[in-house]
Amino acid sequence: MTDSSNIDAGNGANRWRRFADWDERPLRLDKFAVEDPENGFAAFRGARDPAPGVVVEGGRVVSMDGTAVADFDMIDFFVAEHHLDVALAETAMAIPSERIAHMLVDVAVPRTELTRLAHGLTPAKLAEVVAQLSSIELAFAFSKMRTRKTPGNQGHVTNAKDDPLQLAADAAIAVAFGFDEIETTMRVARNAWSNALACAVGASVGRWGTLFQCASEESEELQIGMAGFTSYAETVSVYGTERAFTDGDDTPWSKAFLAAAYASRGIKMRCTSGAASELLMGFHESKSLLYLEARCLCLQRAMGVQGTQNGGIDGAPLASSMPGGVRELMAENLIAAWLDLECATGNDARHSESEIRVGAKILPFLIAGSDLVCSGMGSILKYDNSFNPSSFNGEEMEDFLVLQRDFEADGGLTSVEEATALDLRRRAIDALAAVLSELGLGDPTSAMKRSVAVASGSNDTESYLPRDVVRISDAIKARGINVLDVIKALAARGFREEAQNLLNVVRLRVSGDYLQTAAVVRGGHVVSAVNDPNDYTGPGTGYRLSDARREELSAIRDVLTREEVLRTEAAFAGAEARRIAYRTLGVAAAGGPANEIVIGVSPAFGVKLYQTLAGHPLSAVLRALSDGNSAKGGTARIVRMRHTADTSFLGLSAARLAGSGIGIGLQAKGTAVIHQSDRLPHHNLELFSNAPITTLAHYRLLGENAATYAAGEMPDPVVVPTAGMALGARYHAQVALVYAIETALAEDGAKPEEIEITYLKAVP
Amino acid sequence: MSDPERRLGVCDYPLAERRPDLVKTARGKALDELTLAAVESGEVTLEDLRITPRALRDQADVSRDAGRPALARNFERAAELVDVPQDFLLEVYELLRPGRAKTKAELLEAADTLRASHGAERMAVFVEEAAEVYERRGLFTYRF
Repeated sequence: MTDSSNIDAGNGANRWRRFADWDERPLRLDKFAVEDPENGFAAFRGARDPAPGVVVEGGRVVSMDGTAVADFDMIDFFVAEHHLDVALAETAMAIPSERIAHMLVDVAVPRTELTRLAHGLTPAKLAEVVAQLSSIELAFAFSKMRTRKTPGNQGHVTNAKDDPLQLAADAAIAVAFGFDEIETTMRVARNAWSNALACAVGASVGRWGTLFQCASEESEELQIGMAGFTSYAETVSVYGTERAFTDGDDTPWSKAFLAAAYASRGIKMRCTSGAASELLMGFHESKSLLYLEARCLCLQRAMGVQGTQNGGIDGAPLASSMPGGVRELMAENLIAAWLDLECATGNDARHSESEIRVGAKILPFLIAGSDLVCSGMGSILKYDNSFNPSSFNGEEMEDFLVLQRDFEADGGLTSVEEATALDLRRRAIDALAAVLSELGLGDPTSAMKRSVAVASGSNDTESYLPRDVVRISDAIKARGINVLDVIKALAARGFREEAQNLLNVVRLRVSGDYLQTAAVVRGGHVVSAVNDPNDYTGPGTGYRLSDARREELSAIRDVLTREEVLRTEAAFAGAEARRIAYRTLGVAAAGGPANEIVIGVSPAFGVKLYQTLAGHPLSAVLRALSDGNSAKGGTARIVRMRHTADTSFLGLSAARLAGSGIGIGLQAKGTAVIHQSDRLPHHNLELFSNAPITTLAHYRLLGENAATYAAGEMPDPVVVPTAGMALGARYHAQVALVYAIETALAEDGAKPEEIEITYLKAVP
Repeated sequence: MSDPERRLGVCDYPLAERRPDLVKTARGKALDELTLAAVESGEVTLEDLRITPRALRDQADVSRDAGRPALARNFERAAELVDVPQDFLLEVYELLRPGRAKTKAELLEAADTLRASHGAERMAVFVEEAAEVYERRGLFTYRF
């Protein structure tokens, strides 16, 4: 029996300390919630989710999802009136949900058949169908149902100071990485005009066609759009319950009016919705996240918007706190695509402190492809993101690029070379400075410009402060400066390419081609669900990487080549030649004194390869082994094996030559083994397999132990401690290239060569 | 409103590339006249860089042909709003927000203005529909 007063609730003797380790993991900062449908905490099965159903009489919907027309709330009314196709509804609703779920994953059922069918399905039916799909089926159905064939991505461009110079530089970088859309917002609301102008200028550097929005108060956002600075809007939020909607200070009609207003100004627009917004706002009606989002999405199609950003958005962290919450986010993205809406698939508001959860969440959308994988990846550092940190941010940009390369999946982004990045930043900063000066808005100093060009984030800049920016922003607004003024200023100061690029974007609104579903601009052409429809019907169809695009995805920085390995070794050869000389004495004979061990080195040792993976010169390794050996009374003979490069066979062959029957096998990359002449090849005495973390002290101990074995005694085996690094990830590409150099020099049946070594000076 | 002689479809899209002959600015300029030089000389103004009701109706045709009738209806409503001044546009938007209109009559009046002064028939019907539903759902109420 334990005395309960001795129980330490923390890290004492009565706790398995693994739990304390787990307590320290970032994951434990995430809070998880129990499923509680009555109180709105249910991803798929709400306490009061209605059963699907529709009744049509005399060409009008008289009941939908169990609610009679007399009891319709605003959302029911709008959905029944503007979403449901009454001619189709009863037939479509009669198809069993399991059957429709099969159709969603059946490659033989074309996407267009399903999008037509959706016109007759109610929110409860759509939710019931997708709820039947597993996570992998949801991802697969999404890849089949998403609207535009070519995937894309959207990035946030903001900073903590609302510094326009940094916005311009970061916008140019976001464009270079390939974002189809960039989105800014402000720390200080009245800086909207300055942010808009700065991003518009920055986005005109390098190429044209990146769409741009400035998330702001509704009417100001529309005014900024009318001044020509922005080309799209997406902060038109809708909600799945009436009370949440009115607390959001809108109705389906006011939002639909706004949708028409944006189109009337030639501005692309999508709505925002997503799981758990109603729960956050306190009006969930005990309904599931999925059912409420299905209402939002039917509403959006009913309003006639071309697309949505959903998949949690600001509610993603709350949705993810529930069982099945992340699967629900996938399910709601699928409903959006099924309703034929462009879908910017969330993956923005960071839903977890765990990098593993973040990486897992993005993967289905990366491999399925998405109209916009993130509805805002942070192209800037986390602390500079005025929306809040995204799943992926400036910090994790290269992780995303590598995921694309790993899965040969197009997430819309492309690597940017270091020199190019700096050139683009400088160009964007100069262009913006020219515009500010030409329009009498400011004259940034060269010190300001220099600090911004090289800054990773606003903590590193000596530039505009929020108060300076307020003055610039107010002036732009008060003087009615519009995009044509900016284009003229760019042209007047010699930035003609940028002036033309910016004009090209504004000119898009004349034809309105980019108002169609899922429109982006690629290579100077509008590409949308109309002229680039997702036509997936099975393997070999739909979006496939072209050879050129595959090459872009492969081209991340600092990739290893055989030439580079050889160059590095050659550079090391000279230094090593000043430390050690090898002389070949002829074929090595077997036998010697009883205290003799043989060190069998690999074919390229000191011939083509000169250092271990840990960076030790091979001369130093040989000296450490010999010193250790002689310290314990042994003598060492050095033999180069020419028939093998394998550690075990090097060691065993050496042991068979040694007077003591003990041999050391040593590869040029530093892997070493102690072997004994009567053992099986892969059953050695001691092995140093982690060459990258093996120190000279370890090699010395190995030499000592070999001598101890030779004397017939049992030493303490040498332990090379590992801190759990992913050594394979760090070294195996290099290992494979280095080892190929060794094996290329090995010849079947070649005899071992006796080597005489002269140390030319003290090994450092 | 729709011109049966000019019913465009998916095959005409993108209009700027496939049917540049049909794309004209509000002041009658063609797309290829919207050059940087023309901007610099002042020949091209912001008015030339706005969408036209015609273009929105053409895009509505394309949407309908692509199987997106709801999107087409939005473009048709938008076509009616192109020439509605910004101030009135924002005024109607504001009035449609919850609790802004204290009576149904205010919304019906806005609908009348849309219809009578701006020829915005679809939009007027839409606002009238809102007025009906707001009344039923008690939205003409105190909010702030």
